[in-house]
Amino acid sequence: MNTLTDAWSWLTTSAHWHGQDGIWTRLGQHLYLTVVCLLASCLIALPVALFLGHIGKGGALAVNISNVGRAVPTFAVLVLLLLTPVGRWGEGPTIVALVLFAVPPLLTNAYVGMREVDQDVVRAARGMGMTGRQMLLRVEMPLALPLILTGVRIAAVQLVATATIAALAGGGGLGRIITAGFNLASTAQVVAGAVLVAAFALIVEGLFEAAQRLAPGRLGLRAGGTA
Amino acid sequence: MTAPPDDCLARNEWVCGAYLSSRRHILWDAALQHVQLTAVSVLIGLVLALPLALAARRWHWAAGPVLGVTTILYTIPSLAMFSLLLPVYGLSASLVVAGLVLYSLTLLVRNILAGLRAVPEDTRQAARGMGYGPVRLLVAVELPLALPAAMAGLRIATVSAVSLVTIGAIVGYGGLGNLIYAGMNTYFKAQVLTASVLCVVIAVAADLLLLLLQRLLTPWTRSRS
Repeated sequence: MNTLTDAWSWLTTSAHWHGQDGIWTRLGQHLYLTVVCLLASCLIALPVALFLGHIGKGGALAVNISNVGRAVPTFAVLVLLLLTPVGRWGEGPTIVALVLFAVPPLLTNAYVGMREVDQDVVRAARGMGMTGRQMLLRVEMPLALPLILTGVRIAAVQLVATATIAALAGGGGLGRIITAGFNLASTAQVVAGAVLVAAFALIVEGLFEAAQRLAPGRLGLRAGGTA
Repeated sequence: MTAPPDDCLARNEWVCGAYLSSRRHILWDAALQHVQLTAVSVLIGLVLALPLALAARRWHWAAGPVLGVTTILYTIPSLAMFSLLLPVYGLSASLVVAGLVLYSLTLLVRNILAGLRAVPEDTRQAARGMGYGPVRLLVAVELPLALPAAMAGLRIATVSAVSLVTIGAIVGYGGLGNLIYAGMNTYFKAQVLTASVLCVVIAVAADLLLLLLQRLLTPWTRSRS
């Protein structure tokens, strides 16, 4: 219990919130990395997944890429990138690793969502004389939206977690509070940092959960997805 | 002074045979620790997940909290999870195992529960009609039928655990992660690449092994496909 009160007093010390290594700076870095990389990975993964899903090819790739992503340790990829020329470019390794790990859930969920669209509806759309592009934008994509959004949610949570691990390899973000705590042998700071990271991850997950529930009608129907 | 030897170690190359032969024992020990940490965590996770899944199915009110809590645990980033357990376990292998157990719980409970729920009611009634008691029904009918779903969860949990062990390097018990961490600090390319590749090899080998086990345990699923 002592550690918890120590961690609490660490968190409530205002000096720890401000300055270059302060909580606000780290939180800003974490948020910036998460948002930028989420946008980048959506821009990479979603067009590919929607296209593959539309033409109905590349299913094995889209599904297996998730399994591969799970088997490759994030930390290993971060360190490998750090030792390549990318490592000299500031946050380069972090950003590349973050995007690499956010793409698989986006790709898999969007692809599965597209393939699970009722084929009768697609055929009806074709029968009505819709062009391929109209079918994609007006029929398949709206119907696949719940699973696409589930993929975005999983990717966002994955990004928050990966950005934390980036601190182990010298990147910015909230994880730095934890690693600094380890270096100072300050259990209070380690625990305080961990509480911040856990709270941040849960808030991100909670926001997406709430967004999916509040979104009109059909979006909330299917929350389950594939990680 | 003699000139340093001009081998791949001195040139700090990514792929280095001299590294493999001279550090064989270090690599072996790290890989062994990696496998042990993974295996112990997943086994403990399995032992805990089964009663939780059974409770969640037996009592309706238990399902919500069990699934909710395990999902929340799964959302917490691994570095934070290990750090939160630090006051409880200190810098020890138990800390890494405890963290990994908590992660594997989510996947295992969910999949075992899904498997149990998917057992057809007709099958259950047929077994009851044949005079099966609740325990025999569970062991001889429901669990075998839930096995494919449970094994799918076990495979994902194991592969994830292999990858997450590396984060244990922060407390010095990360198996191959220790070598990656040390290699990062000394810019030792061969060590980082070798340890990373071994991680993936362990993950793939564990996955294939479990797949093989599943085939052996569920011979009835093969004739159908």
